[in-house]
Amino acid sequence: MNDPAPTNDTATTNDTEPMDDATSMNDDAEPMSGAAPANDLPLLSATGVQVHFPIKRGVLIDRTVGHVKAVDGVDLEVRQGETLGVVGESGCGKSTLGRALLRLVEPTAGRVEFDGTDVTALDRSGLRRLRPRMQMIFQDPMASLDPRQSVGAALAEPIRAHGLAEGRAGRERRVRELLDAVGLPASAAGRFPHEFSGGQRQRVGIARALALSPDLVIADEPVSALDVSVQAQVVNLLVDLQRELGLTYVVIAHDLAVVRHMSDRVAVMYLGGVVEQGPSEEICREPLHPYTKALLSAVPVADPDVETVRERIILRGDLPSPADPPAGCRFHTRCPFARPDVCATERPVLREVTPGRTVACHFTETINGGESTK
Amino acid sequence: MTTTLVPQAAPAPPRAGVWRRLRHSPGAMAGLVIVVLFVAVALAAPLLAPYSPVASPDLSQIRPDHIPGFSAEHLLGLDQNGRDELSRLIYGARSSLLIGLVSTLVGALIGIVLGGLAGAFGGWVDAAVTRFVDIMLALPGLLFAIGIAAVLGKTTFSIMIAIAVVTVPAFTRLLRGAMLAERERDYVLAATSLGLRRSAVILRHVLPNSLSPVLVQATLTLATAIIDAAALAFLGLGGDDPSTPEWGRMLADAQDTLTVAPRLAFLPCVAIILVALGFTLLGESLREALDPKGRR
Amino acid sequence: MTAEMLLSVEDLRVTFSGKGRPDAVAVDGVSFTVGAGESVALVGESGCGKSVTSLAVMGLLPPRGARAEGRVLFEGRDLLRMPESERRSVRGNQLAMVFQDPMTALNPLVPVGVQIAEVLERHRGLRARAARVEAAGLLTEVGIPDAARRAKAYPHQLSGGMRQRVLIAIALACRPRLLIADEPTTALDVTVQAQILELLRERVRDSGTALVMISHDLGVVAGLCDAVHVMYAGRIVESGPCRAVFHDPRHHYTAGLLASIPRLDSDRSQPLRPIPGTAANLLPWDTGCAFAPRCTHKVDTCLSGPPPAEPTTDDHLFRCVNPVSSGGRP
Repeated sequence: MNDPAPTNDTATTNDTEPMDDATSMNDDAEPMSGAAPANDLPLLSATGVQVHFPIKRGVLIDRTVGHVKAVDGVDLEVRQGETLGVVGESGCGKSTLGRALLRLVEPTAGRVEFDGTDVTALDRSGLRRLRPRMQMIFQDPMASLDPRQSVGAALAEPIRAHGLAEGRAGRERRVRELLDAVGLPASAAGRFPHEFSGGQRQRVGIARALALSPDLVIADEPVSALDVSVQAQVVNLLVDLQRELGLTYVVIAHDLAVVRHMSDRVAVMYLGGVVEQGPSEEICREPLHPYTKALLSAVPVADPDVETVRERIILRGDLPSPADPPAGCRFHTRCPFARPDVCATERPVLREVTPGRTVACHFTETINGGESTK
Repeated sequence: MTTTLVPQAAPAPPRAGVWRRLRHSPGAMAGLVIVVLFVAVALAAPLLAPYSPVASPDLSQIRPDHIPGFSAEHLLGLDQNGRDELSRLIYGARSSLLIGLVSTLVGALIGIVLGGLAGAFGGWVDAAVTRFVDIMLALPGLLFAIGIAAVLGKTTFSIMIAIAVVTVPAFTRLLRGAMLAERERDYVLAATSLGLRRSAVILRHVLPNSLSPVLVQATLTLATAIIDAAALAFLGLGGDDPSTPEWGRMLADAQDTLTVAPRLAFLPCVAIILVALGFTLLGESLREALDPKGRR
Repeated sequence: MTAEMLLSVEDLRVTFSGKGRPDAVAVDGVSFTVGAGESVALVGESGCGKSVTSLAVMGLLPPRGARAEGRVLFEGRDLLRMPESERRSVRGNQLAMVFQDPMTALNPLVPVGVQIAEVLERHRGLRARAARVEAAGLLTEVGIPDAARRAKAYPHQLSGGMRQRVLIAIALACRPRLLIADEPTTALDVTVQAQILELLRERVRDSGTALVMISHDLGVVAGLCDAVHVMYAGRIVESGPCRAVFHDPRHHYTAGLLASIPRLDSDRSQPLRPIPGTAANLLPWDTGCAFAPRCTHKVDTCLSGPPPAEPTTDDHLFRCVNPVSSGGRP
């Protein structure tokens, strides 16, 4: 991989941004993608992020009758070079959160900071200039690639828009580099998305996300749409690329095993909020929040001996609607440990129970101290 | 979902798939043949027509109760002014093609601009365009055409304007709808996430993917435009030069001699129906071929 | 193995033909049996032919464009040769199916209670009112609370998990002897999946229904089934008792699949072990082993002809001339 070239290019785009000490030019620094913060400020931090979609009804004039609280107050931090996994089931808001972090969807409240810059406060052109540093890999590569655009054109377009290569030859060379980095032949540049298999299309999506040499890549369900035997290929590719290019990842997925494999830390989401956060190994070995416990016990394991003896926590009932979340703890309606009084009235905040592990539950200590369940 | 197990070459790009489906559809082929013939006849009129459509060779043969019919020199006979009917029909194709094409193109262009603005900007622009289109739809097309003729005079130009205006709402809504739908798709989000300018995203990604329904509509509109042009000419709105052949006009004029020479009404009628049918078949087949759900 | 199998699929072949396209063989000589009360799984990835197999057994292949050969014996009668009217009285009655996507498998315009009642009226001859009462009872059996009220709901008013329960209720309404479940939980969240699998396990156990479970998820199958058949490119490449196949896979595809899945207890520092290539590069079975292009243990014989089925002890069959050496836990 030709690292020096991307570094200089990213540095050039940074010139037009409001200057920040943390982003002072690293043109002469060691070959590392992007301008890494010298101190240990997180690369990405989200505070109180909310995304509420209005529900409109009305005959003549649309009135807002309620809100779908897709993301309802999330705090997150991602350090440079690490991978944060965000896991949860449908309706938990993880995809919306991913888009909100990049401001592809506007947060209705809260603040997102990327490398010292307040992303939520940027105007449109400022945001556009910042985008090369934070990219996204989408879940369905068939839907996220313009069907009328050849792969080569799709990869060259952003490069051209940000002036990151010298003329046509420079762009073509960069396109070849990108295809090579994701394991696709150079001939792929002339083909169209539908001519590829699912796994290959996803590689194109990854190549596109890397085209602008970003610092941060948010991968929204990167392997869910792929066949099992291909998932492993793409996961390995993502891990390799992270190591080679010094990328920071946020991996959003519903498959706990994949998330655990790829992530250093994991945040578990339920109905718009984070219920537990901590190192991935620990969370999977010893979950503290009742939802995480249920999630882990529900994941099927490809081993008949394990499957026949394991104890499952089967949740009651159905997922409440994000338009009308339960009062108090959002999970209390299905929680096997819910207590009648405080769980239904007070919403628990994420608090640190052991160093590095936060849980949003009123009774974490008692539940995990082996006390009674309901 | 099954896939073929026999190793195959990579499937062809979408456009070739459309072609293949059209080739296999009898309706599409029939429509295409008719349309191509129509255009060829219209363009090659001077070469094809045996006589001039306006010169009247033989008024002597015309009598109140007899107009010469099918014969060796005049395949489709003479019209009530002694002109060769076949030549008039052939030249009539020209007027029909011209009016149909121009009015459809003008209508489509205006519709695309309006629909494009509504689809691209949304918000109050969209609301304004939608209200405007609603108002246009409220106007009865025929009365509107008569109104235009009253202002601009009874010319072919007025017919074209009238028809064009009446087709604008359909184009506007189609493009607006398609664009609003495409804007929510992931590839548009992806283009935005790459830091492309909004104009680039709209013009290079949203718009090209939204044009299929407009293309289908244009083909179908051509069919109705030709019928509408004939209807307006029939009503006497396309004044100009009464001797210039135009199928609708010819139909109107044939009313007087309906009992004596019914073919003078019949022939232009068949011509109009056939051409409209051709465009409609083509348009409907195009719609089916372009429909992504139709692809297995 | 009992002498009279409930379902016996013998050398099933399904070919699809279309205008201007070469014939596509989706199922290429599949044979398996299901005994009364037994739970059997067909696993494989997309395109391997497992869904088409189930459709062929149910007689739900499109009448034009699909051709099924071989024998499908259900309770001794060949379903493929049966006239459609007779098949219809079997389908939904003794032989039922649960589909993958409940949203498209249910009629969006009809309340769910009526959809269940329909089956009861058709096969058990119940009158409308009696059928509706029974339908509410079935909804309770599948774990839907407040069944009488819920029976009047339309599919879109129910959650994904509940819709799937409705599908199961419809399938079990006439107490079938065999239930085919085609990816019943693929469209569901993992906690809902656990609920539905638990439900299936219970119902199958309590009523002695035989189950054919079709899935690409090996974990789902591991906890549910007695026997497993692994399919690749239209053929079964390995079959046997669940534990034998999972602990001692002999075919390289099975072994590769098991090895490539990330597990919650695997070593995070090691990269995953994928199967190289994609499902698109394969050979037709009659020229050699279809999996050969992707196989890391390919030998010359693999390309010289179709690999025969090699039995080991107690019904563990696999189609490989150079199999994984036995040695896993039996």
